[in-house]
Amino acid sequence: MNASRAAVLAFPGRLASFRREGWPMVPITILAVIALLAIFADVIAPHDPQVGLLGERFRPPAWQQGGSAAHLLGTDHVGRDVLSRLIFGARVSMVVGFTAVIFAGVVGTVLGILAGYLGGWVDQVIMRVTDAWLALPALTFAIFLAAIVGPSEMNIVIILGIVYWTRYARVVRGEVLSLKERDYVRLAIVAGCSKRTIMRRHILPNVVNSAIVLATLMLGVVIVTEAALSFLGVGVPPPKPAWGLMLADGKKGLMAGYWWLTVLPGVCIMLMVLSANLLGDWLRVKLDPQLRQL
Amino acid sequence: MSDTPLLDVRGLTTHYVSARGTRVTRAVEDVSFTLRDGETLGIVGESGSGKSTLALSLLRLLPPAARIVAGAVRFEGEDLLNKPESEMRRIRGKRIAMILQDPMASLNPLFTVGDQVGEPLRVHEGATRRGAWNRARELLGAVRISAPAARVRNYPHELSGGMRQRIVGAIAISCGPRVLIADEPTTSLDVTIQAQYLSLLRELQRAQGLAMIFITHNLGIVARMCDAVAVMYAGRIVEAGPVRRIFGAPQHPYTRALIESIPRLGEANGRLTAIEGQPPDPAALPTGCAFHPRCPQRLERCATEVPHDTAIATDHRTACWLHP
Amino acid sequence: MTPLLEARGLVKHFPVRSGLFGGSQKVVRAVDDVSFMIEPGTTLGLVGESGCGKTTTAKLVLLLEKPTGGEIRFDGESLATLDADGLRRYRKSVQAVFQDPFASLSPRMRVGSIIAEPLVTNERLSAAELGTRLRKVLDLVGLPARSAQLFPHEFSGGQRQRIAIARALTLSPRLIVLDEPVSALDVSIRAQILNLLRDLQRELGLAYLFIAHDLAAVAHMSQVIAVMYLGRVVETGDARTLVSRPRHPYTQALFAAALPSHPDDSRDEIVLAGDVPSPLDPPSGCRFHTRCPKVMAHCSVDEPKLACVDGRDVACHLYDPE
Repeated sequence: MNASRAAVLAFPGRLASFRREGWPMVPITILAVIALLAIFADVIAPHDPQVGLLGERFRPPAWQQGGSAAHLLGTDHVGRDVLSRLIFGARVSMVVGFTAVIFAGVVGTVLGILAGYLGGWVDQVIMRVTDAWLALPALTFAIFLAAIVGPSEMNIVIILGIVYWTRYARVVRGEVLSLKERDYVRLAIVAGCSKRTIMRRHILPNVVNSAIVLATLMLGVVIVTEAALSFLGVGVPPPKPAWGLMLADGKKGLMAGYWWLTVLPGVCIMLMVLSANLLGDWLRVKLDPQLRQL
Repeated sequence: MSDTPLLDVRGLTTHYVSARGTRVTRAVEDVSFTLRDGETLGIVGESGSGKSTLALSLLRLLPPAARIVAGAVRFEGEDLLNKPESEMRRIRGKRIAMILQDPMASLNPLFTVGDQVGEPLRVHEGATRRGAWNRARELLGAVRISAPAARVRNYPHELSGGMRQRIVGAIAISCGPRVLIADEPTTSLDVTIQAQYLSLLRELQRAQGLAMIFITHNLGIVARMCDAVAVMYAGRIVEAGPVRRIFGAPQHPYTRALIESIPRLGEANGRLTAIEGQPPDPAALPTGCAFHPRCPQRLERCATEVPHDTAIATDHRTACWLHP
Repeated sequence: MTPLLEARGLVKHFPVRSGLFGGSQKVVRAVDDVSFMIEPGTTLGLVGESGCGKTTTAKLVLLLEKPTGGEIRFDGESLATLDADGLRRYRKSVQAVFQDPFASLSPRMRVGSIIAEPLVTNERLSAAELGTRLRKVLDLVGLPARSAQLFPHEFSGGQRQRIAIARALTLSPRLIVLDEPVSALDVSIRAQILNLLRDLQRELGLAYLFIAHDLAAVAHMSQVIAVMYLGRVVETGDARTLVSRPRHPYTQALFAAALPSHPDDSRDEIVLAGDVPSPLDPPSGCRFHTRCPKVMAHCSVDEPKLACVDGRDVACHLYDPE
């Protein structure tokens, strides 16, 4: 059998299967670990994150010289255990992250459906507002709002929701515009369903997928924004541990060589955002109706 | 006309394999047929019959998940499956051409009609840009497009569906191929446009001495255009022979049921003979003869043994246990 | 006998904005002065090629679009004068089955809910009554009762079309608009569905508006056929005689172009020149004159009206009384 024939009859795409067909284990594991840390923080964290021993200030991580096993990742400028603060910080990031994303998602999806399906002046109004909103740089807008209402965990969630709903509205509206033309929607009209019923029964379930994918992608954005707000001092107020806040506090020590105060929270932020993005990417492909299972 | 068939396909078998190698879809299984010079062969089948995979297999245009696991495709005496890709590239478009169903998908929206019709000429015959452009104008005339000098500058989206399909036809015949494979070329066209197009293809065939393979689910096209027909079901050819014989005296229950189930213009409006059940999923075929669950004349052995080809007459064969 | 559905001079124009400031308002004359009648329990077949307006006509009948002019009468009552109650009654009497069996069923709803939706929207029934009606209608279309628990993607194309038909039947309508009901199905399945539709018509006294491009299927199913071209009806009459002796040149070309069912089916080859003109800018006078093999001088000037010729309505100057 000559080489060409063998090539034609041979197994193509051996290389294509090096990525496992199935769940993206790495991002899911990372997010699961962070979630567990957040939930069981009280039990897992070795120390109280808000109380520091002044005698233990600026201890480096355990593997460096001067470190101790009592503080595996070192301590900060007031002697608080970094590991514990990171663990409790996970809670803040997760709570703020998820809540804000859900809040923005609900508002944005509802408005997107209304704009897309009802059209006319409803669409015009919602879209103009969305355009105006999107024209404002998100971070600046968030800072502005935070400065006005004052920092608190609840406020941050609301602010992030307010800033980011527009992304959902745009995407959802686009999908609704095409869903509107589907035969099953037309048949629902022919069956006598009211607009409200159609939006609830036929449009909403079919945009939920996109909303979920967008949510995972927005999770990263929201967490970074929260971190930025905390870093700038208008986010979650101290002494509650938040990764962004830890970054801000830590930068003072950077020059003195206390690298773990910035690098470690930075790595945490990066891992969480990266995992959320990878998960969102995978979900987008998985839930794509084009790749039907038939 | 020589006796060696222009295209001689023997035992062609193409399978799709899922990414993990777990699911094997037998899209085309042990297919054999011949095509003579100037002949028009119709390959008829429904969804899941494997007819489009067959078309792609002939020109080795299969997607990565598919592989030809057995068989030979002899074109002018040489096995295409043995050839290196560089040689195949010289055959595709030049000696064997193909037309697909959706003209919008076959044409690049960013290039003018003239550029696209001239492309095979530039690639295969080394024509200059100007030379190709002029030839393109002539070719558009050959496919009966009015005002070809103007059309040559148009972009595909500026023209109607019927015109686009003609342009696709012009591209196909540009280098004077010997075989034209048309995969559902008229499915997206209106009735009168389809009639124009089919008569055009007939004319081109006569003018250029083309042999054609029509891949379709529409028996009407076969009745009008083809000399011979092969009926496919679940990846296999279940009956093949001259068109008049197959329509007049179909031997395979599937062929017979198919012909009887189609409404005929001008006939009494009796009840149509329907085939119960639905076409099988190619990834989960029934054992034995794939048609047996729906066959009104099934025997016991049909459920366990795959029937082999039996010659009913010269040129007319069927694979059915009613004719062992 | 009052016709079940009557369209009189239906007009539907779609505005197309052209130019930055909407200068000249161009209009797509999708449906231009279309009239037809459907008697109870019979099928009117609507044939024509793309741009002829048959889909728009279907949408007008289903009240998915509002006519720009003309009127539709159902049981003698004009649709334009319907109040909310009247609208609800109309919707219960007129249902639809569309072409694409994959797009007609909401992918995330169970089949039972999909079929029951018209019932649930229009009537107050107990769960038990709902279940009974569901089972009955599934039985009518030949699907097992447990289909109700499954999702659309678990069914084949032909079965999904049965589900769509079942849904259309739940309110016991009197007219069903069938827009290309079998074109997207495999050839071997089409006969099943066409037979089913015929049986249902006989059993339930249904009327159909049957729209298809497959002339043989339309001829098989219809008692009356109307042929449309560029928004107008060019010929309408009894199906059998229209097929065997078409009068309008377009109808003749259409049936001549239809593919034969047998290689021996001889047909006069009438190959029309050119493409179908755009409904944005239909030709003057008789819209078919640009492609008509029997065109005469005044065809480009005067628009022919539908006139009765030997029991058939034809709009063609060839049949003008001298």
